[in-house]
Amino acid sequence: MNHSSPLNEVPDPNQANQCVKVFVQRDYSDGTMIKFQTRFPPELEDKIERQAFEYTVNQMNAYFQEAEEASCSTYCEGCLACLTAYLMYICVQTHFEKCLRKIAKFVIEQNERVYQPRGLLLTNPVDRGLRVIEISILDQQMVPRT
Amino acid sequence: MPHVTRKWELFPGKNKFCCDGRIMTAPHTGVFYVTLGLIVGTSMLFFTFDCPFLAARITPAIPVVGALMFLFVMSTLLRTSFSDPGVIPRATPDEAAYIEKQIVPNNANSPTQRPPPRTQEIRVRGHPVKLKYCFTCKIFRPPRASHCSLCDNCVERFDHHCPWVGNCVGKRNYRHFYLFIVSLAFLCVFIFACAVTHIILLTRDDRQFLEAVKDSPASVISGVICFFSVWTILGLSGFHTYLTASNQTTNEDIKGLFTSRPGMEGLNPYSEGNVCSNCFFVLCAPLSPSLIDRRGIVTPEYAAERAAERAREQESRDTVIANNKSYGTVITQQPSINGTVLPSEGQAAHVTNIIQHTQMQQFQQQQMQQQLQLQHNLQQQHHQQQQQQQQQTPPPPPPPQQLAISQSLGNHLQNSSAGSLHFSHTSPGLPAINGMELMLLDRQELNNSSSNLMVDNERITIIGPCTMDDLDIDLEVPVVGELGGNSCASTNLESIHRNDSSAPLSASRLQLLQDTTMIESALDLDSLEDSSVGGGSTAGLIKMNGL
Repeated sequence: MNHSSPLNEVPDPNQANQCVKVFVQRDYSDGTMIKFQTRFPPELEDKIERQAFEYTVNQMNAYFQEAEEASCSTYCEGCLACLTAYLMYICVQTHFEKCLRKIAKFVIEQNERVYQPRGLLLTNPVDRGLRVIEISILDQQMVPRT
Repeated sequence: MPHVTRKWELFPGKNKFCCDGRIMTAPHTGVFYVTLGLIVGTSMLFFTFDCPFLAARITPAIPVVGALMFLFVMSTLLRTSFSDPGVIPRATPDEAAYIEKQIVPNNANSPTQRPPPRTQEIRVRGHPVKLKYCFTCKIFRPPRASHCSLCDNCVERFDHHCPWVGNCVGKRNYRHFYLFIVSLAFLCVFIFACAVTHIILLTRDDRQFLEAVKDSPASVISGVICFFSVWTILGLSGFHTYLTASNQTTNEDIKGLFTSRPGMEGLNPYSEGNVCSNCFFVLCAPLSPSLIDRRGIVTPEYAAERAAERAREQESRDTVIANNKSYGTVITQQPSINGTVLPSEGQAAHVTNIIQHTQMQQFQQQQMQQQLQLQHNLQQQHHQQQQQQQQQTPPPPPPPQQLAISQSLGNHLQNSSAGSLHFSHTSPGLPAINGMELMLLDRQELNNSSSNLMVDNERITIIGPCTMDDLDIDLEVPVVGELGGNSCASTNLESIHRNDSSAPLSASRLQLLQDTTMIESALDLDSLEDSSVGGGSTAGLIKMNGL
C-alpha cells in the first residue's frame, strides 16, 4: 500500500477517513430478512482472527433475527398498533427499536474489546442503511482513486 | 437558537420534507390533496347533513361509528403519505468504490471493454433472483427493492408509487396503505348506505322522491361521490388483499415474476407458506426502522461524504464520454455555439430526440450504439436563411411531409463503436407525421459500423401508424428541456450538420438507453431509474421495429 503524501496533494475533505474499508454484504439466501454474510473477507487476513470476525457477524445476525422475529409478542404489538391506527407508535417504542439499541451497544462493545486494539473499526450497519457491515482498517491508507 | 443542519436537508432524493424532517412525501403532492379533499369533504357532508337526522331517527351509534372510521382512514392515510416508505440510503463513496471494484470486467486489458455485469445472480431460498445494480444509488438493489423514478430513491419491497397518497408504497408503509384502502372501502360503503337511508326515510314521510332530494341535496352529493368511488376502492382493496395473502407486491405482480411458466414452477420465494402467516407477516410483523435518519444531525464527516458523493455525480455527468467508454457507448455531439435557436420560441421548436439506442451484446469486441436523432424543425424565415448557408442542407424547404435523415460523417468514425444517425425534419406547420417518408441520405457509416438497425433501403417508409404515434409523443416540447439544456435543446441544424460537432448527451439518458437494451420485458421500469427520466419519458425510446 502506498501512502499518499498529503503535502503535494490537494487537501481532500474526506482525507480523514480515507482508509481501506471492507464491506460485509447482506446474505439473501434465506429471504429478505436482515442477515450478513459470514464469509471471511480476505482483506482482513492477519488483521483479526477468523473466529472473532465470525462471532461478531453471527451475533449481529442473531440480534437482527430477534428484531424481525415473528414471535407472539411482536404480532400482538403489530395488531395492537393496527387497531389503534398506528397512533400507538407515537408513544411506545417498537420492538425493533429496542433491538437496534442492543445492536448499537454490541457494536460499541465489540469495537472496544476486539476491533480497536487491532486497528480496525466496526461501523453500525444501521448507519449504512443495513446494506453492509463496514469494517475500516484504520492504519491502511486508501490508494488514491484515479 | 443556532440552526442545526439535519440530514434531510442533504437528502439526495427528490422527496419533500416538512416539519424539520418529520414528514416526508413525494415531490409532487397535488393529487394527494385531491384525495384528502374528497375524503374530508364527503365525510363532512355526511357528518353535517346525514348524521343528525340518522342519529335521531335510527340510532346515535351511527355518528360514533362514522367518526371512528373516519379517524382510522385519516390516520392511515396520513401515515402512508408522510412516512418513509423504506428508502434505502445511497452508498457512501467508499462503498460504491468497493462495489465497483468487484464488478470490474475480467478482460479489463482488452481495447474495447465488455460492459461490466450490472446484475448479480443470487439464490433466495433456492430460487434464482437477479439483483440489479442501481446507478443512482450505487448499490445492488436488494431483492424486491426497486428504484422509484419520481422520488429518485431505491425503496425496499417497492410496491408502487401512489400519486393518490403522494408517496411511494414500500416496505415501511405498505401496511398503512393497505389498511387505508380497506378502511376507506368500508367508509365509502357506510356513507353511501347512510345517504341512501336518509333519502328513503325522507320519502317515507309522504314525500315525493324529488322533494326528498330537494330537502337533502348534501346526501345526494355524498351518495353519488361514494357510489362512483366505491367500485374502484373495492377493486383495489380486493387486489391488495390478494397480494397481501400471497405476499407479493404490485410491482412483482405486474411483472408476473411468480406466475408459473411451462417447465418452471412459479413460486414466490418470499411467501411465508400460507395465507394467514402471509397476512400476519405483511401487516403485523415488526415495523422496520427508517434507515435514512432524516432528523439526524449532520456531522462534518457526513457532510464531507455527501459532498464527495455529489462531486462524483457531477463528475459522472460531465465526463460522459470517459465514463461511457467502459460501457462501450460513445456518442458525442457538440452543443450549438451560436445560440441562434430559441427552442421554446412559439412554434419554432427544435426537438432533438433520441429514437434509438441499440447496444449489441453479441459483439463482444465491439459494442454498437446507435443514436438516431430526429430533428424537428419548423419553417421560419431566419432559419431558412441559415439553412441555405449550410452545404448539406437541402436549400429549398422540402415538401411538407418528408423526413430527411442526413447522417453526420467524419467524427463519428473516430469512435468505431458508435454509429450515429440524425433525422432532420423540416416541415411547415405543426408536426403531422403520420405517413411521412423517411429518406436516408447517407448510409455510409451505417454500413461501416455493422449496425443492427433495420434500414436497408435508401428510402424507408414508415408503415405502422403506431410507430409514428410514439414519435408524436416524443416530439412534445418538454422533451427538449429534459434532455439537458446544454446539449440538445440548443442543437440546431447547423450543429447537427457540422462535421466536427459533438454534443454530450446527458449521462443519465445514455445509462437509461443502455439499461433498456439489457432488459427482458417491456414492463421492467426499474431501468428507468435516472432523474432525467423522471418526467415520464418512457417514450423516449421508440421501437424502430416498424421500420
